[in-house]
Amino acid sequence: MKLMTKTLLSAAMAVALTSTAAHASLSDDKVKIGVLADMGGVYADICGKGCVTAVEMAVEDFGGTVLGKPIEIVSADDQNKPDVGSAIVRKWIENEQVDVITGLVASSVTGAVTQVTTDAKKIALIAASASNAFTTKQCSPYNAHWTYNVVALANGTVKPIVQSGKKKWFFITADYAFGHALEGIATKVIESEGGEVVGAVRAPLGTTDFSSYILQAQASGAEVVGLANAGADFVNSLKTAAEFGLTEMMDVAGLLVFTPNAQALDPAIAGGMLTTTGFYWDRDEESREWSARFKARHGAIPAMPHAGAYSATMHYLNAVKAAGTDESDAVMKIMKSTKPDDFFAKNATLRADGRMVHDMYLVKITKASERKSADDIFAIQSVIPGDQAFAPMLPECDFK
Amino acid sequence: MAEFLGINLFGLFGQLLVGLINGSFYALLSLGLAIIFGLLKIINFAQGAIYMLGAFLAYLALQYLGISYWAALIVVPLVVGLLGILMERFLIRPIANEDHLYSLLLTFGVALVLQGLFTHLFGSSGMSYPIPEAFSGGIKLPFMYLPNYRAWIVVASLVVCVGTWWMIEKTKLGAYLRAGTENPALMQAFGINVPLMVTLTFGFGVALAGFAGVMAAPVYSVSPDMGSNLLIVVFAIVVIGGMGSIGGAIITGLGMGIVEGLTKYFYPEASNTVIFLVMVIVLLIKPAGLFGKEA
Amino acid sequence: MKISKLSIVLLGVALVAPFVMYPVLLMKILCFALFASAFNLLLGFVGLLSFGHAIFLGTGGYVTGYLVMNSGLSPLLGILAGTAAAAALGAVYGKLSVKREGIYFAMVTLALAQLMFFVFLQAPFTGGENGLQGIPRGFLFGFIDLSDNLNMYYFVLAIFLFGFWVINRTIHSPFGQVLKAIRENEPRATSLGYNVNDYKWAAFVISAALSGLAGSTKTLVFQLASLTDVHWHMSGEVVLMTLVGGMGTIFGPLVGAAAIVGLQNFLSGGELGNYVHIIMGLIFIVCVLAFRSGIVGEIQKIVKRNFS
Repeated sequence: MKLMTKTLLSAAMAVALTSTAAHASLSDDKVKIGVLADMGGVYADICGKGCVTAVEMAVEDFGGTVLGKPIEIVSADDQNKPDVGSAIVRKWIENEQVDVITGLVASSVTGAVTQVTTDAKKIALIAASASNAFTTKQCSPYNAHWTYNVVALANGTVKPIVQSGKKKWFFITADYAFGHALEGIATKVIESEGGEVVGAVRAPLGTTDFSSYILQAQASGAEVVGLANAGADFVNSLKTAAEFGLTEMMDVAGLLVFTPNAQALDPAIAGGMLTTTGFYWDRDEESREWSARFKARHGAIPAMPHAGAYSATMHYLNAVKAAGTDESDAVMKIMKSTKPDDFFAKNATLRADGRMVHDMYLVKITKASERKSADDIFAIQSVIPGDQAFAPMLPECDFK
Repeated sequence: MAEFLGINLFGLFGQLLVGLINGSFYALLSLGLAIIFGLLKIINFAQGAIYMLGAFLAYLALQYLGISYWAALIVVPLVVGLLGILMERFLIRPIANEDHLYSLLLTFGVALVLQGLFTHLFGSSGMSYPIPEAFSGGIKLPFMYLPNYRAWIVVASLVVCVGTWWMIEKTKLGAYLRAGTENPALMQAFGINVPLMVTLTFGFGVALAGFAGVMAAPVYSVSPDMGSNLLIVVFAIVVIGGMGSIGGAIITGLGMGIVEGLTKYFYPEASNTVIFLVMVIVLLIKPAGLFGKEA
Repeated sequence: MKISKLSIVLLGVALVAPFVMYPVLLMKILCFALFASAFNLLLGFVGLLSFGHAIFLGTGGYVTGYLVMNSGLSPLLGILAGTAAAAALGAVYGKLSVKREGIYFAMVTLALAQLMFFVFLQAPFTGGENGLQGIPRGFLFGFIDLSDNLNMYYFVLAIFLFGFWVINRTIHSPFGQVLKAIRENEPRATSLGYNVNDYKWAAFVISAALSGLAGSTKTLVFQLASLTDVHWHMSGEVVLMTLVGGMGTIFGPLVGAAAIVGLQNFLSGGELGNYVHIIMGLIFIVCVLAFRSGIVGEIQKIVKRNFS
């Protein structure tokens, strides 16, 4: 039986090879992009249908075809579960000829998916995940980590606050990989600046009631409470902090705040808070123009992963065109040797380890009195150059 | 700061109070389950989804109809109770004579449908419901700042729980109810409409969950899965208290809130699990639960 | 045991299926068919509804994944170890729960499963929310490359057939007859001198072990062990599969697993992704109200009515 399957398979492969060799150098005569995102879960506003829209816009702006062949998009919901996400990507690659994966939200899902993409030698354009593992512990020649990561968040937000003299910190941390990584890196930054972490609590992902954690923060004697969580967890913990009067006793720093989350909060609670972002729609003429087009289609202003997904897709398609093939190694080589430059990527370069290094922004959430419109959420305080925001490359991840 | 054996007492008091607040929700929800189980022998796995429905109805009523929190506190339980009555009449009664495990599976299905429907309509990132004006601000206690609304939660749920207990255990109506489940044929012979009584009881048990949902809306994020994990916790509470014991459900609900609060102080990661540990221990020592009678 | 014509036809279908359908999907169906069959041994043949059975699936998966990844165990030994771990956990949990009946049994198994869920969430070796990722499939007997989907498929099919055979042997053995007697009339079984709890316990352990076997195999197929496999929702899903297929029938869980996994696969691809829970819930309701004997049970009824 096994022998027979082998023979059948090799025969099928021989047929496939001869038929494609005659045509252009694109596999199966098209470029197929898989967008894996959270369509209905806690991160849906951050990178769900919006990420699909952003990728669609990139494909349309590119012209819909590359090397004379069509560009197709498929999308799916990973439900923030690593098993679901990796099974979908496996099916896409093995059964549906998908060439490149983007979207990629929850770090746990991205970790599982990049194992599959690396085994299959397919490129993963990581638009929304926060963990820095994809260019360190789990680095791969096929990863391109685009928008931001936990290191940039900690450097961007925590450092200036410690430098301003607030040295005693307490963390409310989401109890999973992303939260642990963020807390760990922020702790290093605080200690290297001469500050101290007086305590931390780890709240399960999706905690409904933060009140007891807020009480512990209050009793800790810290000057700043760092919220090392994201999405709905961030919104709920901050709301509870305000309810229990914590925001009046000490500073609260949201380490990862996306525009939809900030928009969902009462400006009386969130106004004045500092945070770091990889993109803000109202930065300059170029970003406003793209964001207006995005808003017309999506119904809301873009969060940073949306812009990142567009930028990464565009850079990938340009590289396919320049390479004259969709073969991953050749495309990745060009992606790393040409500099991404668009409304999102400023002073940008895709490093050999797959980290896209670019300008980050320290922003302040605006108060109600400062808002000119409902979309006027952040005010950019300073630009953080990429090499100060991101960590240097590890030698073992130098994929030249 | 007051310290005792290296424990920050003020911090501990705060956690106990917060535990009591959460316990109030547990008490309300487990009370509803216990009434339904005690009188009908039905396991209502949809109770968590109905709690979620209550919170969503309050949110939608405010958002689209301008119905205030106070009105929602009355209207939403009525609407939810009505849905419960329909559910009993058309879904549960047809299988009343089958194995009780079937009603558990059926209500589990109802829970999946409700949760899926709301996820589809509203996504799961959660809606926020403002704290009613009358309860903004808070009281400064020596050991913590207690928001007024949280204090209201404890008061309101205690009133509802004690009132319900009194009605079932001490009034004539309650006596009919208890008798009707012990010996339906006899009660029927006395001219009491037992099926109607069963339907209304189910509706009432479900309405309690709707009421808890409205109470929860201003403090917890209103989201489709808010009831899903709460449900199995509340189940554990009913089992610990002794299935069907109404007083047991109330006391255990409050007690488990406090146990959970303590766990959040000493070992927060285990706060979602401690109740199951208590349940296993209680069932090994006293199989009928703390307040239950051995069947 | 007599091998029926139906079995031969099904086996033939299973052998050629990977040339027609995506092998990974087929492997998933086989793993869940084994899991549901193991669960059915308890629900359908002893009458015990365990509401925490996912914990055995997941325990098998985590143990296999960890050992294959970190101790370099071969796939076969890894699966054996995972199965043994699930059996051991089943032995302990069975001892604690079989004394209870009906709803209490369901609640105790749920609570025990939640305790273990916590261990898998917090223990340092499970990777928390990440799960265990990138578990190698390895080489069977040292030379058959399992990273090839077809090789893997026949390996999974062999495991499934073995598990299915064990369940069939159990049901048709004298031991299985006693189990049925317990389900039908427990007091009578007791009065005949059988130690009912020991029989229930043995059935519980077999069911847990085979659930672990399914989980271990699934982990190798997907190269991943995650919290999904130990969550109580998974325990609900296996009840649904068994109910849809027909509890207490031999082929019911198989049909149920194929139907539910196929449905999930169909829905996950398209616009209907959001409807998965709604549709599964509706299936639960309809099954309980109208088709309590499930697909296979209903077919059996029709066959009986018309041909006997």
